[in-house]
Amino acid sequence: MVSMTSMTGAGRQRALWTLWTLVFIASLGAVVALNRSTAGSRRSGADTDAVARHGFRLEESARRLGIDFVHQGPTFDARLDHIMPQVAAMGASVAVGDFDRDGWEDLYVTNSAEGSLNRLYRNKGDGTFADVAPTMGLADVNRAGTGVSMGALWGDFDNDGYEDLFLYKYGRPELFRNDGGRTFVRVSERAGLPQWVNANAAIWWDYDADGWLDLFLSGYWAEDIDLWHLKTTRIMPESFEYAENGGRKYVFRNRGDGTFEETSAALGIQSRRWTLAAAAADLSGTGYPDLFLANDYGIAQLYTNQSGKKFVEVGTETGVGRTPKSGMNASFGDIFNDGRLSIYKTNISEPGVLVQANDHWVPKPRAAGAGLEFENLASTLGVDLGGWSWGAQFGDLNNDGTLDMYLVNGYVSAGERTSYWYDFAEIAVGHNRIIADASNWPPMRGRSLSGYQHKRVWINDGVGRFTEVAQDVGASDTHDGRAVALADLSNRGALDVIVANQRGPLLVYKNTVSPGRHWIAFDLEGTASNRSAIGARVEVHWSGQRQVQEVSGGSGFSAQNQRRLHYGLGSAAEVDVVIIRWPSGWIQTIEHPRIDRLYRVKESR
Amino acid sequence: MSRFFLKLDNRLLPPILITCILIAAHLSFGILEAYERTALAIVTAIGAELALGRITYGKWLHPASAYISGISVGILVRSPFLWPYFFASLISILSKYVLRLNGRHLWNPSNLGVSAVLFLAPETVSLLSIQWGNNLWPMAVIWLLGFVIVWRVGRLHVSATYVVSFVVFALIRSAITGNPWQATLAPITGPMYQLFIFFMVTDPKVAVRPRWGQVVVVIAVAFVEMLLRLNEFIYAPFYALFLVGPSALLIEMAHGAWLRAQGSRLKQRLAEP
Repeated sequence: MVSMTSMTGAGRQRALWTLWTLVFIASLGAVVALNRSTAGSRRSGADTDAVARHGFRLEESARRLGIDFVHQGPTFDARLDHIMPQVAAMGASVAVGDFDRDGWEDLYVTNSAEGSLNRLYRNKGDGTFADVAPTMGLADVNRAGTGVSMGALWGDFDNDGYEDLFLYKYGRPELFRNDGGRTFVRVSERAGLPQWVNANAAIWWDYDADGWLDLFLSGYWAEDIDLWHLKTTRIMPESFEYAENGGRKYVFRNRGDGTFEETSAALGIQSRRWTLAAAAADLSGTGYPDLFLANDYGIAQLYTNQSGKKFVEVGTETGVGRTPKSGMNASFGDIFNDGRLSIYKTNISEPGVLVQANDHWVPKPRAAGAGLEFENLASTLGVDLGGWSWGAQFGDLNNDGTLDMYLVNGYVSAGERTSYWYDFAEIAVGHNRIIADASNWPPMRGRSLSGYQHKRVWINDGVGRFTEVAQDVGASDTHDGRAVALADLSNRGALDVIVANQRGPLLVYKNTVSPGRHWIAFDLEGTASNRSAIGARVEVHWSGQRQVQEVSGGSGFSAQNQRRLHYGLGSAAEVDVVIIRWPSGWIQTIEHPRIDRLYRVKESR
Repeated sequence: MSRFFLKLDNRLLPPILITCILIAAHLSFGILEAYERTALAIVTAIGAELALGRITYGKWLHPASAYISGISVGILVRSPFLWPYFFASLISILSKYVLRLNGRHLWNPSNLGVSAVLFLAPETVSLLSIQWGNNLWPMAVIWLLGFVIVWRVGRLHVSATYVVSFVVFALIRSAITGNPWQATLAPITGPMYQLFIFFMVTDPKVAVRPRWGQVVVVIAVAFVEMLLRLNEFIYAPFYALFLVGPSALLIEMAHGAWLRAQGSRLKQRLAEP
């Protein structure tokens, strides 16, 4: 049957053919084995005692805590009906903050249907929460004609000691001043905010280190689009990978008198990419916060801060902005305990269809005078495949002294065992004249798109490998996760997990950490710096290790962790020193602080 | 310049075109996530071809064909890992030495290599499924250059027939599914199809001999692709070529054998007293 062109003897040719056939079959076998081991090695085996094995266990406890929130999605113009589930796919968010200064972390969660109510869950300190949004004036913020909520952030913009709330929407952004923890007063007009922004990302930051919190706000859809009253159906991204027809960016500099000036053009932050997540931290070591943007339908952008006067976009030079993907998350973590913050950006991975894989950008060691450069170690670390990934946060979930990660995923969970992926993939490769017009998109007809996905909880072994343990530790939901935030809701030294799901329930996973694992936490208050201490950098040294964290004004996707910084210490009995670098540039040290306690530190020389 | 172009060894034209496409696409749109992945695919393909050719035939084979296989794998395969690039290239080249009949290999090498890793490793491998930019001009230039080169190598009828067939079948799919015709036509505006149309369906090593037969086969490829697309196979063109190409060759070989048998029988009869 099989013949070879005979160059030498037929016997030799037959022997060679047999040999190549064996190599061929072995290669096919190797592909199967590697696929299995690559996709499977990230998960640990089923485990009945997660605390003993992984050092912690999560238990979904929202109802027990008095939290019964279910997110409602928006409904836009009828001309988008055929693809409504995918265009109205965001809006579930959570922001953690102690709005009444009682020492217990509270939760603000957004709703996104017209007329729906947002919730402010006040932590009563007895293990339960109560919704106080209506009495605080923060519930009825989704009225028809004003747009609907996409996310919110706590930050003390007037330095009065109480956390104020910024609400971004597909619609009119709102700023609410916290009046002594008793009520909130809407000050959007006085602040000078624009009338309409279709925003999916914002952060509080003090980019010029003047002691007043500024705002960064990023449009997703172009700001001239009213999604409820479309003038045209040509509103979609012009490309799946190279779109630059999204919303504009805004930087609102806080003048310190309750008003803001818009400075994006002067600072050089001008982009129309479809930004889904933003986060700021001092990545370049200048003492000023740099800005990272995770963009849907395109490359990521990294703006380095030039002493608060200018920003320079260095995505290509640094490596983080070379390959276009579907960016949906921006968070920072010192995963090697070496004082370097890496960037985690989520993207899309759907087996057999699209394997963009998530990015974990780790800074390369820098020689003197060398520029900032990152390499993507997501595959090496084992944190690359997360499904259709959305929000992710770093935090030491098992208090072993290294930062772990919690990731939520899932886009549209509709008909089970149905998929819109074929139609999605067909249109997504099309030319801009095709893809940009919503009327060209095939109807979804009740089908799912990367729905019912299992979440990822990656625990860090500290030497460059993460292991996926979600099912083991109890993170077993399959809702369409959007935002995830970490906070110690019971002041007991363990990070709980709060997950906001699109058209799904708000979940609160209470964390039980193995006894004997120590921790230390810091609640900072600026004086010369902004009072929320956003941008403060805290370096904790213990047992020959050091871990850096920064106080964040928003990270992940539509989320804000507690401002308090939490460090797991493993079995270490003491901390050597804590070095705090305030946004003002002041350095403060704490020698040998006691462990297993929260420190409230006020900025002082 | 044009004289140089016309005098150029035909074997070098496709590699030059595909390299130009890759470089232009990467410099313009950054399509390669990491150079090392594409480089690994190319080096593996050329290395395997040289080694297997030397051992099997006792001579160094021209690397142009292996280069096309390697670079096609490097462009088409999408994975965060290195190993799919290595194995897709290795399987591509090995297939030329293993899956043979009557001295011919049956599958287009990169079509087989890519289909194999895609089918066997769906959790970690996908294919290029994005645009190269959103501007009409780069696409128009690639189409023009591609058609000039397939014309130079005598394969224009294959590419042109495929394009026309795809469009017709896309309109039929639109009528059947009720999806907008713009959506069913959209894939052919993407780069995956440019590689497919100019470098895979045109592979002379795995084509039937008569021109009319090549036209029929490529229509069959487009038809099977339509059937696969109606069943929501995202990478339908690769699977369609995978199925139709070797089937056509087998039919041609069987037909040739039958004709030869008939001929020898006739000769025998004539020779009988």
